[in-house]
Amino acid sequence: MRGPNIVVCVKQVPDSAQIRVHPVTGTIMRQGVPAVLNPYDLFALEEALQIKDRLGGRIVALCMGPPQAEAALRKALSLGVDDAVLVSDRAFAGSDTLATSFALASAIRQVGQEQPVDLVFTGKQTIDGDTGQVGPGVAKRLGMQLLSYVCRIPILDMDSQSIVVHRWTEKGVQVLKSKLPCLITVLEGTSEGRFASLPEMIRAARQPIRVWNRQAAGIEDLSKIGLKGSPTVVGKVFAPSRRAERAECIEWEQDQAEKAVSLLWEKIRARQPELVEKLSGDNGGENGQERVSE
Amino acid sequence: MSESGGKPAERKGAARRKAALDPRLAEYRGVWVFVERDEQGVHPVSWELLGAARALADQLGSEVGAVVAGGAEESLESHCRDAVAYGADRVYQTVHPVLAGYRNEPYAKLLCELVKKHKPEILLLGATSLGRDLASSVATTLETGLTADCTELAIDRESRALAATRPTFGGNLLCTILTLNYRPQMATVRPRVLPQPKKDHGRSGQIQKEEIDLSEEEMVTKLLEFLPHAGGDRLDLSLAEVIVAGGKGLQRAANFSLLEELARALGGEVGATRAAVQAGWVDVQRQIGQTGKTVRPKLYIAAGISGEIQHRVGMEGSDLIVAINTDPNAPIFEVAHYGIVGDALILLPLLTRMVRGQAVATKTSGLEVCSSS
Ligand SMILES: Cc1cc2nc3c(=O)[nH]c(=O)nc-3n(C[C@H](O)[C@H](O)[C@H](O)COP(=O)(O)OP(=O)(O)OC[C@H]3O[C@@H](n4cnc5c(N)ncnc54)[C@H](O)[C@@H]3O)c2cc1C
Repeated sequence: MRGPNIVVCVKQVPDSAQIRVHPVTGTIMRQGVPAVLNPYDLFALEEALQIKDRLGGRIVALCMGPPQAEAALRKALSLGVDDAVLVSDRAFAGSDTLATSFALASAIRQVGQEQPVDLVFTGKQTIDGDTGQVGPGVAKRLGMQLLSYVCRIPILDMDSQSIVVHRWTEKGVQVLKSKLPCLITVLEGTSEGRFASLPEMIRAARQPIRVWNRQAAGIEDLSKIGLKGSPTVVGKVFAPSRRAERAECIEWEQDQAEKAVSLLWEKIRARQPELVEKLSGDNGGENGQERVSE
Repeated sequence: MSESGGKPAERKGAARRKAALDPRLAEYRGVWVFVERDEQGVHPVSWELLGAARALADQLGSEVGAVVAGGAEESLESHCRDAVAYGADRVYQTVHPVLAGYRNEPYAKLLCELVKKHKPEILLLGATSLGRDLASSVATTLETGLTADCTELAIDRESRALAATRPTFGGNLLCTILTLNYRPQMATVRPRVLPQPKKDHGRSGQIQKEEIDLSEEEMVTKLLEFLPHAGGDRLDLSLAEVIVAGGKGLQRAANFSLLEELARALGGEVGATRAAVQAGWVDVQRQIGQTGKTVRPKLYIAAGISGEIQHRVGMEGSDLIVAINTDPNAPIFEVAHYGIVGDALILLPLLTRMVRGQAVATKTSGLEVCSSS
């Protein structure tokens, strides 16, 4: 039985922890903000690598972005993926999530020409767009089963082409059984990431990365990519408005903390009387509320 | 709900494109909400969205539609009636055994079919694990625009388009996104970002049954089991009426007990900043902000929290915000209603004592006296 052929979609993103807004002009200061591999994608990579550790097979990392996004793919190679494809073309500029899902789906089909793709992994979302829309979009474009927010993959059986995953929801975990091929968006914190070993790092630095332009990615219809293929338009970008008035601060002398707190409590009570009324019921031992029997 | 007030210069692009609006798109009318529900109930975000949908529809002079679907008739009926009470004019109700428990495939199919049939202008979903999964699939299948995690929804006067505002660049800026030449215009909004509307049992609306052709045999993905979260995972901060939140200013993990005591006295929950979570002082479930929960309690007490924008976006919708911080220039005082400049480690226990005193006083005598001894 052959091991699974896996594609992991990764993105290079600006390290948003280091983005600052100019305090006077309110514009983004982009200079010197380093680019990193989207942290959520590390969990997708790890999940794919663990499958390969168990079942063998092959992993292709796929990234759409400008030429310098190659760095994200080098990182993926250093962690142990076998092959890397950068989909890069000026025609992709201005793509929103719908156009991006079109381009990625098309590139995945091209990868599938070499060998059918069994599994596609993506991170839960990126830290720059934060939408979580591209993974599900790619699944729909490819007609693959979508398994989102997956936190565990207890069963993957290549013979029967079946997979069981745990899908996280706010109330609990859904145990879903599905068929390959499918697309899985991986929840963060599902596993400890691995570190690149020195030989892998050397290999990653040397290995050629395939760069596909639009044609190589199999895209003919220009109306589906870039600005043209993007239904959403950015109307305006602006700094969040600050509330006009600042907090009313309680003035107090160093040794009068108690008085200050009591003043504060008065103000809270005046503003939220029902809340304070409830305290007598919810607090202090017995339950003051009537119980209604069914 | 406010007008998206941009300078005309910024909207030139929008106005120019307006001329190109395909007449077929003008057929699309109505503002829809997908109601997220299960046998236990409806996710409150759906009601919040209905409130917003009502305001948008009134501005557009159109109807509010609600999509309510499930596997069995039972609780569905009452959820349909509730949808009307929260603002829907028309409820599209679908019952089919395949729709018991959420799965992407049948729900995406249902929603796509309903949209194709009834052509709503706007379609809103909660930014939950279900809503995001479903919204992205539907938007891709219908090839239309979807804006995630909006913090404000308005109508752009010139283009009549949905102006969906969301944070961008790590929350440092906001951007307003329009879907001009595609319908429906889709958006997701996180729970508690919008206020919950008043329930009006006197409202009337139509409940319309919709059939769907689905068969379990055709469903590739099967739902084997549902494992509810245990204990702490069940915590739902977004529903708490009182939140006592702390940040790096509390200095040590142990000091979080000061928050716990005050929260207990107030009958509330403890929240935290990402910095406190990353320090390992508190569980990530309690993180409030852009990468954590959005909350809207009646009372939010922020102790030792600087009030960076990424934290503020998660709590600024709270009714009453009280800040305790040693630094009089901390940005938290820009969003707080009341503040005390001082050491949280000293002030928190005093406040807890005050609250407990209040509780005893109210209970024993009904008097509104608050002793400070
Ligand atoms: C992409 C991105 C996403 C993010 N998401 C989130 C998020 O979801 N939630 C979030 O909270 N943050 C988030 N952050 C981080 C955010 O930018 C801030 O760094 C964080 O909120 C700061 O936490 P803090 O207020 O606890 O710490 P600090 O900023 O260090 O502030 C500590 C405050 O405590 C005060 N203080 C010190 N000692 C005392 C004392 N004894 N008594 C009273 N006050 C005292 C100080 O004056 C200071 O104001 C995000 C950042 C990025 C880049």
